[in-house]
Amino acid sequence: MIRMQPSVENAQTIADSDAVAVERTLAGDRDAFRVLVERHSHNVFRLAYRMTGNRPDAEEVVQEAFLRAYQKLGQFAARANFGTWVYRIAANYAIDRMRQRKKEEARKAVPAVHEEGTESDPVTLVQDAAPTPERLVHNIELRKHMEIALAALSHSERTAFVMRHWEGCAIEEIAEVLKSSSGAAKNTVFRAVQKLRLALQPFVGRGTQVRAMGTES
Amino acid sequence: MKHMTEEELITYREGVAAQRAVIAQHLAACQECRAELERIEAVLAALDTLPVPNPGDDYGRHVWQQIAPRLPERPARWWQAWLEPRRLAAFGTVAALVVGAFLIGRHTGRPGAPDLTASKEQIRERVLVVAVGDHLGRSEMMLVELSNAEPTDPAQKQVNISSEQRRAEDLLDENRLYRQTALQQGDAALASVLDELERVLLDVAHTPDEVTPAQLEKIRQKIEAQGILFKVRVVGRELQERQKAASPAPAQNGSTDSERNKT
Repeated sequence: MIRMQPSVENAQTIADSDAVAVERTLAGDRDAFRVLVERHSHNVFRLAYRMTGNRPDAEEVVQEAFLRAYQKLGQFAARANFGTWVYRIAANYAIDRMRQRKKEEARKAVPAVHEEGTESDPVTLVQDAAPTPERLVHNIELRKHMEIALAALSHSERTAFVMRHWEGCAIEEIAEVLKSSSGAAKNTVFRAVQKLRLALQPFVGRGTQVRAMGTES
Repeated sequence: MKHMTEEELITYREGVAAQRAVIAQHLAACQECRAELERIEAVLAALDTLPVPNPGDDYGRHVWQQIAPRLPERPARWWQAWLEPRRLAAFGTVAALVVGAFLIGRHTGRPGAPDLTASKEQIRERVLVVAVGDHLGRSEMMLVELSNAEPTDPAQKQVNISSEQRRAEDLLDENRLYRQTALQQGDAALASVLDELERVLLDVAHTPDEVTPAQLEKIRQKIEAQGILFKVRVVGRELQERQKAASPAPAQNGSTDSERNKT
């Protein structure tokens, strides 16, 4: 489920069109920015949702990312790709939002707010207890475990995993968001997958055991 | 045979492994490592099934509607802001006034040229008349637009006046300079009107980008209560007349009996 990659020609056309919109916005045509917002909102939303894990926060991240992009547009290098740039802004803000959310939840000392319709809702928990086919119960359980496992990652690990595994970002992009070296970013991706594997392996393909790695046979 | 480490397999799977070719070669020969990679892939494949809600086809439009009222008028690169035509024109006018005043000032101190004094004052006044006339015209336009400001979308609860606010900031700097010049020239009446205008410009410049209709109404009432628009128009008209009168014959100096001084 990697970020939809447009064809090379299409990507170049979009980048050129973005560059024109950026120049027009900088020249004072505020409506030119609308083109950029409408073109990139879906991608930024997907990233934000995967990072924050809930829709209200994701929507806030999207809006804030575009507001910040508009304010900082003067610093945007014309040769850069606007889509990548706004993506980075969104990822940075999503990290801030996750930290803020964690503090809020710790202060309130109540369970995390879950999105309506997810398996952690009381409604779906009731469904969970109801007699359902084994497969469906397993899927619901697995989904719940996956959400918990993702939530247990550190902000950096979740960001690195989302950006690399789901969004197909380059390690350099991830390193820039994490404000780390490429080597450290790579290591963060590895740690994230390792933790997810440890948490989820018992529920995926039951009966399989994790091998003691790096051994000789 | 030495097997691959978990780190090597995970980084290989995520496309960030350093020795990709070596790992690929090992995987081709080692069934155990292939099986291990499959187990890692099974976990990642399960994670891929986590859905992301579709925000809707018109989500981009929705985001724009949410952020548009919060966008400032111009983000602008810092140097572009200084190259805006309006700002350049304003600076040009101010620069012309300063240069004009400087050139006249250079001559004033010279001995043996008393007959030049009258014409120097006239030139200085003419420079001021032209520059201040233009300044008042732009101030009037800004105040009229501010008085007529309305939400772009009737559903919006706030009115964006960031454009007027920025113009007020620009006008404020010029206004200070003209007021001081008028005072130095002993034109107390013009200095007084510019002083009143300065307070209004200051208010507008310090108002938030977005105001509620009630806040906007207060600003309007303040402008009306001070009668600043009327005063600006009267002084602006008078300056135009002075300019006309001064153009064909610079020696003419009938401004002392002006409409402004009568009121």
